[in-house]
Amino acid sequence: MDPSEPRVVRTPSGDFDLRLPKGERDILRALPGQLRDLLTTDDPALERLFPPAYPDDPALNQEYEEMVRAELTASHLTSIDVMEATIDASRLDEEHLVAWMGAINDLRLVLGTKLDVTEEMYEEGMPDGDPRMPSFVLFTYLGWLEEQVVEALATELNGGEPGA
Amino acid sequence: MSSASPTVAPVEVDRPSDEDVKEPARLWIVIVWNDPINLMSYVTYVFQKLFGYPREKATKLMLDVHHKGKAIVSSGTREKAEFDVSRLHAHGLWATMQRD
Repeated sequence: MDPSEPRVVRTPSGDFDLRLPKGERDILRALPGQLRDLLTTDDPALERLFPPAYPDDPALNQEYEEMVRAELTASHLTSIDVMEATIDASRLDEEHLVAWMGAINDLRLVLGTKLDVTEEMYEEGMPDGDPRMPSFVLFTYLGWLEEQVVEALATELNGGEPGA
Repeated sequence: MSSASPTVAPVEVDRPSDEDVKEPARLWIVIVWNDPINLMSYVTYVFQKLFGYPREKATKLMLDVHHKGKAIVSSGTREKAEFDVSRLHAHGLWATMQRD
């Protein structure tokens, strides 16, 4: 499938066609489960999913963490579950597409943290032979896909005008 | 939890410092910080969706985050700020809160 073909297209009914070639679905298929497993750990790659609310006040931050941690985890898991359950869907309603966006964004946050992504990396890419290359390619693909998801959803939000 | 409601002025005596007087009214601000992972379009979308900001305002805030490193995206009582921070965290944005 031509990379320039849009992967997410809003239908007149307000749903969204998910035009993902099989190869891309097969890449995406395992990711929600991997993220769910990671969420049961205290892997440092999760830090961007649970940032501090009070970076300068450990006591207040602890209180905040205790208050929201379970709810935040549940919210991440909900998105993961939806993406996994609809990985072969050809059409998604808005709620499900929003879940896909959340799960893809979470995956990028984890991958980007592992890769220690910098703004320069987007311009310059990875040096040849860098062992992080496969992860960086996946990270870049997920960003490309998320951009399309956001654009489709923002169009909805902005009354039909292309968003983003 | 800090109280959001104004305290009744004491009947008498020790003149409270300016700090004490202002304390109950001081707001908390919610700051979103730049990060190299979240997409610009995504950040704009989240500001629109969570806060109901028009696209222009959401875009301006996103550009402030991107170019200046941070932007104040909401403010209010500590409870409101915490709620906003937790919603931003649920969306993967790097948000913190502090007294104004």
